[in-house]
Amino acid sequence: MHPTPRGVEAGRLDLLDRRLLFFTGKGGVGKSTVAAATALLASERGKRVLLVEVDAKGNLTDFFEHPRVGFEPVQVQPGLHIMQMRTDASLREYLRIHVRVPVLGGVGPFANVLDFVANAAPGVKEILTIGKVCWEVGEAIEGRAPWDLVVVDAVASGHVIAQLDSPRAIRELVQVGRVREQTERMSELLASPEITALNIVTSAEEMPISETIDLVASARAELEVPLGAVIINRLLPEPFTRADEPVVAALRTPPAADLLATRVGSGAEAVLDAVALAASLRRSRAPHLARLRETVDLPMVNLPYLFAHDHGLRALHQLADALGEELDP
Amino acid sequence: MSNDTVGRSLEPLLTTHEIVIFCGSGGVGKTTTAAAAGLEAVVRLGGRVLVLTIDPAKRLADALGLEGIGNVERRVSDEVLRAAGIEGRGELYAAMLDTKASWDDLVLRHAPNEETAYRILDNRMYTTVTGRFVQSHDYIAMERLFELHSSGKYDLIIVDTPPTRNAIDFLEAPARMAEFFGGRLLRWLTMPYRVGGRRGARLVNFASRPFYQLADRVLGQQFLQDIAEFFLNFQSMYDGFVARAKSVEQLLHERRTSFVVVTTLEDAPLREATFFCDALSERRFHLGALVLNKILPDALCDDDNRDAATKLLDEADSIACDLAATGAVELADQPRTARVLRAAAQTFRDYSVVAAREAELRKELSHVPDIVAVVPALEDDVHDLAGLRIIGTELFSS
Repeated sequence: MHPTPRGVEAGRLDLLDRRLLFFTGKGGVGKSTVAAATALLASERGKRVLLVEVDAKGNLTDFFEHPRVGFEPVQVQPGLHIMQMRTDASLREYLRIHVRVPVLGGVGPFANVLDFVANAAPGVKEILTIGKVCWEVGEAIEGRAPWDLVVVDAVASGHVIAQLDSPRAIRELVQVGRVREQTERMSELLASPEITALNIVTSAEEMPISETIDLVASARAELEVPLGAVIINRLLPEPFTRADEPVVAALRTPPAADLLATRVGSGAEAVLDAVALAASLRRSRAPHLARLRETVDLPMVNLPYLFAHDHGLRALHQLADALGEELDP
Repeated sequence: MSNDTVGRSLEPLLTTHEIVIFCGSGGVGKTTTAAAAGLEAVVRLGGRVLVLTIDPAKRLADALGLEGIGNVERRVSDEVLRAAGIEGRGELYAAMLDTKASWDDLVLRHAPNEETAYRILDNRMYTTVTGRFVQSHDYIAMERLFELHSSGKYDLIIVDTPPTRNAIDFLEAPARMAEFFGGRLLRWLTMPYRVGGRRGARLVNFASRPFYQLADRVLGQQFLQDIAEFFLNFQSMYDGFVARAKSVEQLLHERRTSFVVVTTLEDAPLREATFFCDALSERRFHLGALVLNKILPDALCDDDNRDAATKLLDEADSIACDLAATGAVELADQPRTARVLRAAAQTFRDYSVVAAREAELRKELSHVPDIVAVVPALEDDVHDLAGLRIIGTELFSS
């Protein structure tokens, strides 16, 4: 295994200057949102971006308030295309381009077998996904595809190693032939720190942080793909300082509590309850964040919890702005 | 916000079923909810309850005395329970799914003889397929469930499902597995061997078929030979395997099995939960309950409380002045008090917006099962038995 040189990982956070960014993370942390916000930010900075949705949910276009798209990239914002990975389409494209097999309008037992191979045969899905992504990046580098940056909303952290390692897994199984050469080229591209980065999205909770720490360790041990940044999503604001705490406590005890009730009504107590809930939610996250920062030596990007919106284009713009500020402090 | 037409407690569901499968998208608290339901069943209903989990938080596993727990189920000791002040009427067991070990067991059980079994276990394809690739987890989870259930040792088995790319993948896994082994592809791939048959397994007919011509150009012959050998060996398990996959599927459909969908009231998880509820009904599985998890308190949506927050924000300076006059030393610094009041009001408003969105999404819920349990947002991650009891109490409250 070739560990990524420390200097590259710890150096300037040049994420948007690379050509291929993967985003993974435990389910529920907002991995797709962060991938979409990164793509939006890059396109706002003048890059031509291809955003690839790998998970089968098909709702990445919702962030852009755009109808769903298929395997063919569709422009959803100026300079930003989205495609949805479909492994059967990827296999057909592969056969058409590389084997020059005329793939037969989808009829007959041959087509059935192709669909089965693409969708159900274990391991094939992974390589067809990574193969298509690498193909687009390779074509872009050669100037034959119009992308400066390919952003991949990848599978969740439990599966991402299998996906990114699939070129090597296939290489172990396939000793000769065209596929072997092609997977070698894919591995080179995936291993280049100038080109590729695997980014991990997390929230400040126990399980997502534990998975992040585990993934960093196993990615370094098992993958040649360079790690990019850890993005800590949905950070809660800190409305009070430590010095404010006695003030908050005093507000909850008489005579201050009675006075508040007189001035603003019986709702005063509920307001202070909400404050207590918010404070303890925040406090419970602190040790997990500390553990992350102690264990993982990757650049950390902080993104705020958005109270006002949790989806749609406005929320995405807010996140892209926050991301932009974090990347150029 | 209460809905009178539906029940709130999971108790009747857990009393009347032998298998309850918890599902939902990642991050909604599925594992914790399943564990809490299992513990609560032990406390209130008694019997032998097994929680089959996928990946519990380390602190939780540690708290249950289950460090390093594996494929074999283990009892949560009475001492651990008693230390947390729990006098269970029943016995709590837990097991964690080990995909590779479960696959190996399956092969050993269904292979016609030991020699074939070990040929399969040593095959490179097999190791790659079972260890690295994703879909195999879905099937093996259901297979393991079948095995534990047919052991007859447990009154209730609670299952925490694997995080799947697609919520329905694991439901369809048994059928897909049966189809795979019965399918044309497998026959095709192994045909050259079977044709070569007695004269030694040579790949005589490879070149005559378009599929093999193509595959040979792309993959090389050695790989095809490996794959054919693998499938040929695997096919020897065909009968046992298909029968088994069908039994697994049947068990999931039986009256004694029910599903609980867990979700938060956030846009994406809720959409997936809705989709999942529909998918269960379409496939005629029993949708027993919906658990709304991490729900913010109703007080955040109350108009009087909102008015109070607005007044605090608008009149912070003058209120701070009055508060200073009460003589409390903590409130002597008027600018600080005013800032704290404004921050408090703003915090309430922030959370109020989220709570309002939750309430809105909840109203839009269609296809609601008979039981909808609500678990409030707790102040801390649940990482011990006391925390599980708090959730369990909510799950059983009517």
